[in-house]
Amino acid sequence: MTTATTDAPTPHAGHEPDPRESYIETTHSLAGTKQGALSWLTTLDHKRIGIIYLCLVLLAFLMGGVFAVLVRIEHLTQGKTIVDADTYNRIFTLHGVVMVFLFIIPSIPAALGNFILPIQLGARDVAFPRINLLSVYIYVLGAGFALYSLIHGGIDTGWTFYTPYSERSNSFVIPMLTGAFIMGFSSILTGVNFIATIHKMRAPGMSWGRLSLFSWGLYATSIIQVLATPVLAITLLLLILDRLFDLGIFNPKYGGDPILFQHFFWFYSHPAVYIMIVPGMGIVSEIIATFARRQVVGYWFVAMSSLGLALLGFLVWGHHLFVSGMSEYAAMVFSALTFLVAIPSGVKLFNWLATLHKGSISLASPMLYALGFIFFFTIGGLTGLFLGMLAVDVHLTDTYFVVAHFHYVMVGGTVMAFIGGLHYWWPKMTGRLYDETLARIAYGLVFVGFNVTFLAQFVIGSRGGTRRYWDPPPQFHQLHVVSTVGSWVLGLGFIVMLVMFVRSLTGGAKARANPWGSAAVEWQTSSPPPLSNFAVQPTITRGPYDYHLATPDELSEDR
Amino acid sequence: MATDSSSRRPTFLADHFDTAEQQADAAKLGMWVFLGQEILFFAGLFVAYGVFRSWHPDVFSAASHALSKPMGTANTVVLLFSSLTAALAVRAAQRGARHQTTALLLVTIACALAFLVVKYFEYQHKFHTGLLPGQWFGVPRTFPGGAVMQRGEAAPALPAGAGAFFSLYFVMTGVHALHIIVGIGVLTWILIRNLRGQFSAEFFTPVDNVALYWHLVDLVWIYLFPLLYLID
Repeated sequence: MTTATTDAPTPHAGHEPDPRESYIETTHSLAGTKQGALSWLTTLDHKRIGIIYLCLVLLAFLMGGVFAVLVRIEHLTQGKTIVDADTYNRIFTLHGVVMVFLFIIPSIPAALGNFILPIQLGARDVAFPRINLLSVYIYVLGAGFALYSLIHGGIDTGWTFYTPYSERSNSFVIPMLTGAFIMGFSSILTGVNFIATIHKMRAPGMSWGRLSLFSWGLYATSIIQVLATPVLAITLLLLILDRLFDLGIFNPKYGGDPILFQHFFWFYSHPAVYIMIVPGMGIVSEIIATFARRQVVGYWFVAMSSLGLALLGFLVWGHHLFVSGMSEYAAMVFSALTFLVAIPSGVKLFNWLATLHKGSISLASPMLYALGFIFFFTIGGLTGLFLGMLAVDVHLTDTYFVVAHFHYVMVGGTVMAFIGGLHYWWPKMTGRLYDETLARIAYGLVFVGFNVTFLAQFVIGSRGGTRRYWDPPPQFHQLHVVSTVGSWVLGLGFIVMLVMFVRSLTGGAKARANPWGSAAVEWQTSSPPPLSNFAVQPTITRGPYDYHLATPDELSEDR
Repeated sequence: MATDSSSRRPTFLADHFDTAEQQADAAKLGMWVFLGQEILFFAGLFVAYGVFRSWHPDVFSAASHALSKPMGTANTVVLLFSSLTAALAVRAAQRGARHQTTALLLVTIACALAFLVVKYFEYQHKFHTGLLPGQWFGVPRTFPGGAVMQRGEAAPALPAGAGAFFSLYFVMTGVHALHIIVGIGVLTWILIRNLRGQFSAEFFTPVDNVALYWHLVDLVWIYLFPLLYLID
């Protein structure tokens, strides 16, 4: 993939680091040469920034996970199990807010994308390294506001902050809204940075047709981040002003409209679903190509379906409002547009399956997560079509069916892809291998636990079990117990995974540059990569999945 | 790409770029994308305006007469002129005419400040006559520097729902004024960098980008002015 040119290694301001010294060891940073933690806190290196984001989003995932477990434990017995109804409202709200705004939105783009994207482009860094660092601090500031609200008892509005209740609730709504508002700018800056990076920072020979599908996914994601997030920002700002000054924008008493909030909110939050899933699909494309040893079938279809999802994502927000009071003609249009989403999603699924067909498949742990993604996303996507049907939606709105549907997409889709990507690029990021047996055990627990937890909720919801009830009707009790037990298995899977990764960091075997035998660009540099990503500027001579052009030596595996 | 050796790298060229063109192109593209998100940010307000006005066309029409057309017109002229001077500043920077750039940036900043002064007097008038948002509508309030008028003394008799118009008036012009203040900040930053001699005919991208931002702030006002002041 990379052929050495005669160029000198990249010079860096002030001093010339050893081009082979890994990004972890180097002491180069914004403020010149710095040691220890300070060299991380002031770093401009996209790889270190990606690692910082990774640590932050994993902390958020842990916090959101604890709230999830508490929600499930509350349903273990009828009536009160551990918390009262008011606390229950706060816990499920905090689970949603933390998982959406602190974890899942930045998870793949800001953590894995930051690390991998410039390397896949053959670039030395993102286009705006200072803005990249700024985005981390903006995220931390926003998270600080969210934590402030949380420490003071959190909020009880649901993560969607629907008016009119969010204007009346006496919980700490304003700090939480401010936190989400601020974190939005972190997301926007990442998007701006990635768009400029993909357009302007590609290495010689890196044509659009040689771009990795993960990069295409991030490109589509960045467009959504830039165009949708500001609408959330103005919505939250209006809600904050409404609460502070009684402006009445969302209050009919003064000529405003609470439904307008729902339109505004979902104009961001539906595209946000694609911010979550599209980069995950990119990861799945990478993993499937690597572990099937094949060119991805229909490369351009897979790449363009990411952009198709980004575009359609802006046109379907109304399907969240079918029962909120909307003209039936508008509802029909939104329903029809919603069905269109199945086309680019189906293009991806069928192309992945076609890629697997007659591939040389290796069932290593990243591949297991990719296959799990296909399984979960198919269920999550198809149940989404049920919800897009107007008549069915009237029955299913605000039931556990909706909860199970979006958890199949968000957890079964995005989180599986994120964890799969973490396994896949772990040797590149840390320079260490991990224990494959433990990884498979963790995968088995996650797969089984997840299905038990949420298949039960599909059944509850289709029978009319309403979401967000502190004390569900008794006929659903048994299924709730099944779901709760499933959540313990799921949680155990993540604990095993944590142990596996910690053991890898402390005593894992050293990874070679290309432990999976992949043909993609990022595996051509050492593990972990040097500060400027490649010891010499790469010139790209083939696509990331051109296995027929790679030498057998390049593609040999570690295990 | 990747042909210049380290000895010939200009000082303004960051390490991770290969050429000055690449750096300038990336910065320009980044700025345009950022302006895209600015437009979407304001779009939420324009949509709210469209919805509320379509519901209460008479109220909006009557309430718009309570705004001062002369002051709005004056501010429009001031902003348009500042956009011209910002564009000329970019041209001067491109030609390497440092002193001219400084003068034009100073005029731009002065216009921005003049806009805010006019805005201050407009807000003051609204507060004193009770032309206020939502629940505050119709009740005169104090505002720094000026006497409070009696209820209905200077304001025309407005229908009860006019509070919604003034909610949007204050939020839209307020968020816009915030952008003016940020603009003054970045224009000053560019002015200082120019005084330090950091720009030349080879490198003036920051001047260009700040001027782009300033044009957007101007553009938003071009829409706000007729929508709020000139409904009839």
